[in-house]
Amino acid sequence: MAQMTMIQAITDALRVELKNDPNVLVFGEDVGVNGGVFRATEGLQKEFGEDRVFDTPLAESGIGGLAIGLALQGYRPVPEIQFFGFVFEAMDSIAGQMARMRYRSGGRYSSPVTIRSPFGGGVHTPEMHADNLEGMVAQQPGLKVVIPSTPYDAKGLLISAIRDNDPVIFLEHMKLYRSFRQEVPEEEYTIPLGKADVKREGKDLSIITYGAMVHESLKAAEELEKEGHSVEVVDLRTVMPFDIETIIASVEKTGRAIVVQEAQKQAGMASQIVAEINDRAILSLEAPVLRVTAPDTVFSFSQAETVWLPNYKDVVETAKKVLEF
Amino acid sequence: MASKTKNNTIDAKKQLENIESQFEMFQILNEEGEVVNEAAMPELSDEQLQELMTRMVYTRILDQRSISLNRQGRLGFYAPTAGQEASQIASQFALEKEDFILPGYRDVPQIIWHGLPLTQAFLFSRGHFKGNQIPEGVNVISPQIIIGAQYVQAAGVALGMKKRGAQAVAVTYTGDGGSSQGDFYEGINFAGAYKAPAIFFVQNNRFAISTPVEKQTAAQTIAQKAVAAGIPGIQVDGMDPLAVYAVTLEARQRAVNGEGPTLIETMTYRYGPHTMAGDDPTRYRTSDLDNEWEKKDPLVRFRKFLEKKNLWTEEMENETIERAKEEIKIAIKEADDTPKQKVTDLMEIMYDEMPDNLKEQYEIYKEKESK
Ligand SMILES: Cc1ncc(C[n+]2csc(CCOP(=O)(O)OP(=O)(O)O)c2C)c(N)n1
Ligand SMILES: [Mg+2]
Repeated sequence: MAQMTMIQAITDALRVELKNDPNVLVFGEDVGVNGGVFRATEGLQKEFGEDRVFDTPLAESGIGGLAIGLALQGYRPVPEIQFFGFVFEAMDSIAGQMARMRYRSGGRYSSPVTIRSPFGGGVHTPEMHADNLEGMVAQQPGLKVVIPSTPYDAKGLLISAIRDNDPVIFLEHMKLYRSFRQEVPEEEYTIPLGKADVKREGKDLSIITYGAMVHESLKAAEELEKEGHSVEVVDLRTVMPFDIETIIASVEKTGRAIVVQEAQKQAGMASQIVAEINDRAILSLEAPVLRVTAPDTVFSFSQAETVWLPNYKDVVETAKKVLEF
Repeated sequence: MASKTKNNTIDAKKQLENIESQFEMFQILNEEGEVVNEAAMPELSDEQLQELMTRMVYTRILDQRSISLNRQGRLGFYAPTAGQEASQIASQFALEKEDFILPGYRDVPQIIWHGLPLTQAFLFSRGHFKGNQIPEGVNVISPQIIIGAQYVQAAGVALGMKKRGAQAVAVTYTGDGGSSQGDFYEGINFAGAYKAPAIFFVQNNRFAISTPVEKQTAAQTIAQKAVAAGIPGIQVDGMDPLAVYAVTLEARQRAVNGEGPTLIETMTYRYGPHTMAGDDPTRYRTSDLDNEWEKKDPLVRFRKFLEKKNLWTEEMENETIERAKEEIKIAIKEADDTPKQKVTDLMEIMYDEMPDNLKEQYEIYKEKESK
């Protein structure tokens, strides 16, 4: 076991899969010599050669199309989009093509591609870098969307994503890259896609969340504990398809729930989760299910970012409304 | 089964050589500040020559100050410009006020010289929307973050100018990396198809973050990409302010005469890191290469040229440096004095009319931000 940051766990997962499967290819802007702008691919080109780990010209649409083509030739591409705010350039490749490859070929072809990409607020990037766009990709049938919240989860989920035979969007929250270390096994292990993890058990309220908001929610749970509330925190880990079973089991136990996401409120993941809870567990609910989200503007210019982003105080406030309903 | 080919219908070598041979780098001033192309010398008055030098010196100081302000945490996002002054400043110097600039993130100097107040450049760096609120009468848009997006938009601005019958051009900038984007090709192709008055710059500083231009494309020059769009292209010494000025002026002339767009590749180098957010050029560049390019420095070369003509003195240089420092200090103070950006400000600039969901959230954030 080693103490790893999330970025180290990600590099480690890539190394494991590059070793395991000769068809795995890692590519993107600056992933080679430079090891990626966050050093997620540090040392990989040196270890596996330029055939397996290589820089691309600067074009996200090209990167997406290249991945699809390489997959048609039997490779298992793991491209990087340098920041997820640039994904709009590759949306046809991703939502228009990759997501539909199996479907439109009647199962003859597939796109076992894992797109890795940093995103997320709190690190004061320029525009179009930090946007929470998971809802946009989750809206496209054919794609899976994964967002880890810890180094341990990141490694196991990334290995599963690469082995998955369908396209997976693997989103890495920039604030979590180096914010803490955790014991991570050096050997390979997998965490199944589509399985949530109860990060904290509780009896009075369920917080359903993912990504960096898992940590805000855990902090909120501690605050609420001081006031005598026992709060459960469910980390989805896979945002689409998400683990309805675990969510419902938690809600049926606690009778109260809130959903916390970093993204804007409009048409986001939280709405989808609330709808599923209402569909399946309405009779177990003692209170309406509320949401904690960012407001409905474009991701904040960096100077107001701290206020714009939801934090544990917002979680506490909303949790109390539901607890006191 | 396909049969064997009998003959080479394409002489690949000859075809490419024919194209490449047309794109030799255009130069007027060599590294020693000597005029090597008298015939192409632009008609600039002594005062204009001095003004061009003044602006380059000023911009070098602005770069140095911006880097140290960033290190002190007093500026945010910043992409260093030292080394690229001739490409940036001399190209803008050939424009008229009514020309419209669509810059990339590194092209802040051009829009400052086109009229953007320094204070706003600093607010842009700090991630304050007021930095992007371009004053009336200043024909620029704030720097583009999405590489290539400005290129297609430039075709639209240019077509609009043509439809209005304006005697003006749309001018846009990207880098060697940017010339790989689909938007790059779409932009030059659209402008060509409409014969729209646009000038497309590619500042080829040899690297896109860490990726060398050799990995970006098989094309020997970026200028030759113009051929496929059916528009003229030229490669110019981007460390030579007179050459950059001359080709920009000519491209502008052609554009306003209704002869369509031009692609200009300026051969240049950024001395500093890609941005101030943790890039380490020693991971991908050698100091030999740095030294080779620093010898071509645009300020050194232009200073030599002007000194020989008795048009530049140490005094003038120092005066410019002092003025730059003073104005930067004032602008930073103004940026400091600008009211902090609020989430409610962002809500106000989302739509023409605020929709109900935002109105509701507005009240919540107003309350939050008044505490
Ligand atoms: C669409 C898009 N993709 C990727 C990036 C990230 N990025 C910022 S600058 C850069 C390299 C650009 O290189 P070049 O075009 O040569 O311009 P230079 O920075 O050298 O001036 C990259 C990859 C971005 N901003 N936008
Ligand atoms: Mg470049």
